[in-house]
Amino acid sequence: MPNDAIFSAKNISKFFGYGKKRVCAVNDVSFDIADGEIVSIVGGSGCGKSVLAKIMLGLYSADQGDFLYKNKPITNTRDHWNEVQSVFQDPFGCFNQFFSIRTQLKDAFGILKNRPSSQEIDQRVDEALLAVNVKPADIEGKYPFELSGGQMQRMLLARIFALKPKVLIADEPTSMVDACVRANILDYLMKLKAVLSMTIVFVTHDIGLAYYVSDRIFIMHEAQIVEAGKPEEVTQNPKSPHTIRLLEDIPDINREWIKK
Amino acid sequence: MANILEVKDLSLHYLTRFGQKIGAVTDVSFAMKQGEILGIAGESGCGKSTLVNGLMGLFIPPLYPTSGDVLVGGESLMNRTPQEVRKNVLSQKVSMIPQGAFNALNPTRKIKDIAADVIAAHSGSKNINKQQIYTRLRERFDLFGMETDHILNSFPIQLTAGERQRSVIGISTLLNPKVVIADEPTSALDVTTQKVVIKMIFDLLEKNIFSTMIFITHELPLLRHVAHNIAIMYAGEFVEYGTAIQVVHDPRHPYTRALMGAMLSADANQKSKKPTTIEGAPPSLAKEIIGCRFAERCPSARPECKQKSQSLRMVGERLVRCDYAE
Repeated sequence: MPNDAIFSAKNISKFFGYGKKRVCAVNDVSFDIADGEIVSIVGGSGCGKSVLAKIMLGLYSADQGDFLYKNKPITNTRDHWNEVQSVFQDPFGCFNQFFSIRTQLKDAFGILKNRPSSQEIDQRVDEALLAVNVKPADIEGKYPFELSGGQMQRMLLARIFALKPKVLIADEPTSMVDACVRANILDYLMKLKAVLSMTIVFVTHDIGLAYYVSDRIFIMHEAQIVEAGKPEEVTQNPKSPHTIRLLEDIPDINREWIKK
Repeated sequence: MANILEVKDLSLHYLTRFGQKIGAVTDVSFAMKQGEILGIAGESGCGKSTLVNGLMGLFIPPLYPTSGDVLVGGESLMNRTPQEVRKNVLSQKVSMIPQGAFNALNPTRKIKDIAADVIAAHSGSKNINKQQIYTRLRERFDLFGMETDHILNSFPIQLTAGERQRSVIGISTLLNPKVVIADEPTSALDVTTQKVVIKMIFDLLEKNIFSTMIFITHELPLLRHVAHNIAIMYAGEFVEYGTAIQVVHDPRHPYTRALMGAMLSADANQKSKKPTTIEGAPPSLAKEIIGCRFAERCPSARPECKQKSQSLRMVGERLVRCDYAE
């Protein structure tokens, strides 16, 4: 059956370890993600959401079941990364401390099959920096350790702006930054989505954030997707006890949260 | 009742290798009564963690006190060598719950040995029986309803993030400190684990292990549930200080308003209201700042704000550092 989904997972499972210590990180999960959709995968620590994100990136392959990108299994990760890119939690871990930021933003183009001319690369890096509200002159000759966490997270987004991928996997991009920077990063992410009309898979433990950004939310618990649906349905009318728990645990200012 | 912690016009600075003076904390004053929980909130780099070091009296270069005084139970913590602070102040008078539980625990030692080291280093007396410490540790950990044997005999890497954070809290409060300072204890945890950790802190409060706490975080909604009073910090200064309900539900300083506006929730009307972003960055503290420190980024700044420095004044029963707040 032809399928126009970007990602299509059919009963995929992923295991780590052997014998008695074998742990199931993704257990019999099926879903489709359509082109241009923003999907959030929400769950607590250790629920398998990051493993699922890595399967989408082609960093892991599923042990059981079929995982298809545009109706084809992921065979060559290099080709895959031409179209699918990612933003991770820790921006300092994503940049080499020994090279300047500009060099590394330019080096990112090495992944592309049709590599633009060096003049065009320079131009695209400048454009990308302006898109995240950083003057190119401000980071000229700067190294990652000279910038703050929020600025570095913006550099990661600039990298995405420059490469213009079709799909973005964002694995907890805002869990290390404070609330103001978080709002800022989300702003740029939405701008990115509007300009490049990308598909975004957002991995987070914050259901409030997922509700704000996404078209569809998957709730994960113990390696399985326990609930999936439109953000309004999931947050206003949750069905799974795990979703209810996640919603209750948010410290909301208008509701009693914990007994003193 | 006498104040258990009193901070009087505390200013702290860092001295760089090139002799540059960076005033990280400026004129912070507050007092805490026994049993009070004070929340301090602000964005990264606003001086929250520097203030923590100052409150412990722990000045390790390049951090130096500029002026002011910190009193715990009427006794000043200033002018002590770091060795003396470690011996007589930490864990007994003031104890800190650090931010990254994983980095705070030695990866090559078991939790019980780390705890024994902490007690040996901070209790002041030299002859301490290890077995005694283990018994004490076991009693304390049993109080929280944790799997005591499993946790005490594990290496940090074998525990989950929540268990690690709870062990750190257990170790930090072992010597019944007068004041506990929790520096972003839940920032690295997911919401469910965060609730478990907060529950444990409330458990400790209820069982009178400690009673006075300073809770530092950047999540204002969390402080609404944890703290009695909230202080908002910006660029090394307190900009608003009031009760939790006042500050969260009715913020008056433009910065507090912006912070509250940046919060996301799963509310029905969240989608329609965009979280506010505060453009720009806090001012560099290396130079002397003329005028209001928030003026550059303030949505309601007036031309005179950049010339005239602001001082804390009473607005609607709380302190606000803005002449135009109503």
